[in-house]
Amino acid sequence: MKTDDLIAMLSSGPDVRVSAPAPRALALPLLGGLAVSVGLMLVSLGVPRDLPQTAELPAFWLKVMFAVALAGAGWSAMKRLATPGADLSMLAVYLGVPVLVLWAIAGAMLWQANPAETRALFLGSTWRVCPFLIAFLSLPIFVATIRIVRGLAPTRLRLAGAASGFAAGAIAALVYCLHCPEMSPVFVGFWYLLGMSIPTAIGALLGPRVLAW
Amino acid sequence: MQRIPEVNSLRGTELRLHALFLQGMDGDAIAYRSFLQATATHLRFFLRRRLSRWPDEVEDLVQESLLAIHNQRLTYDTAVPLTAWMYAIARYKLIDWLRRHAQRDRLHDPLEEIDEGETALFSSADEAAGEARRDLAKLLATLPDKQRNAIIHTKLEGMSVREAADLLQMTDTAVKVTVHRGLKALANILRDAK
Repeated sequence: MKTDDLIAMLSSGPDVRVSAPAPRALALPLLGGLAVSVGLMLVSLGVPRDLPQTAELPAFWLKVMFAVALAGAGWSAMKRLATPGADLSMLAVYLGVPVLVLWAIAGAMLWQANPAETRALFLGSTWRVCPFLIAFLSLPIFVATIRIVRGLAPTRLRLAGAASGFAAGAIAALVYCLHCPEMSPVFVGFWYLLGMSIPTAIGALLGPRVLAW
Repeated sequence: MQRIPEVNSLRGTELRLHALFLQGMDGDAIAYRSFLQATATHLRFFLRRRLSRWPDEVEDLVQESLLAIHNQRLTYDTAVPLTAWMYAIARYKLIDWLRRHAQRDRLHDPLEEIDEGETALFSSADEAAGEARRDLAKLLATLPDKQRNAIIHTKLEGMSVREAADLLQMTDTAVKVTVHRGLKALANILRDAK
């Protein structure tokens, strides 16, 4: 077939004119995944009764801000990796700054804490389950982010898959904040990140298979 | 000093293609056709340089990239230069093909590969420029009836959406959606057909 014939076919008919999709095309699957994730959290884990009191602690808001910043960075990374030719240079900064800030605070706390306390600051009482619960809550959001990226045009599939997983993990960490009793930045800076890294790794593994087009 | 005209011409290409691309999105078929023709020329040059060992594949990949560009138009983000966007798509299709080709080659007899290389030297790719080896019309025939008919009526026979909708007993919107899905399916067939 001649390329000119293909061009003639593509440039005629009802699909020449296209209009930009409404922003809800991206937002709806994400909100759906988020709703399922919140539902799972409420049903299987529940929200502690003292949440209104803990919500007054700065440590709680530090945890929330950390998850929000990483969710934003992950979402931005995902969208850029799903856009051919997009500029990726700032992504490392967006992803790195929240982590470094939290680590600096955690480092200062460890420095000041007496040695008997460090173990509790790092392990809390839920370190065994925390990463797995974040990974579990990320599943419905992960399905949504992969769906969104599949509808776009990722050209680096492994990275795009990893970014979809990371965005889902960071949003799930935000959901998990409502249940999680831990307040130590040392704990959050390690176990939360470990939880987010589970869907990230799965995304990197699946990316080349499920995102190819 | 010598670089300035080159930069200007790149900038000119970007502006010209971008204008045609946007007019095309607004439904201007002639502008869209010029956009695709200019894009095909750029992509052919781009791919020919990178596929010097497989000149016969160039036009197949030009066509695959054009179809991908057409199908992915709505994912274009205005923050990215249009030329960067379309070369990124062509590069993705090129890498995808090279990866699949390498996988296939591992299954092949090594002698066969040498033969292929020799014939490639005498290939007449330049004479055949603009003509792919795969026949898109035959691939079109492998689409489900509904999608194939919607594409043939509206894009090859020049029927209006209304006429095609009456003939196919669908709504206007369904015809448009079916055409879009058909072209996406065609892109997958094209990718697997090599």
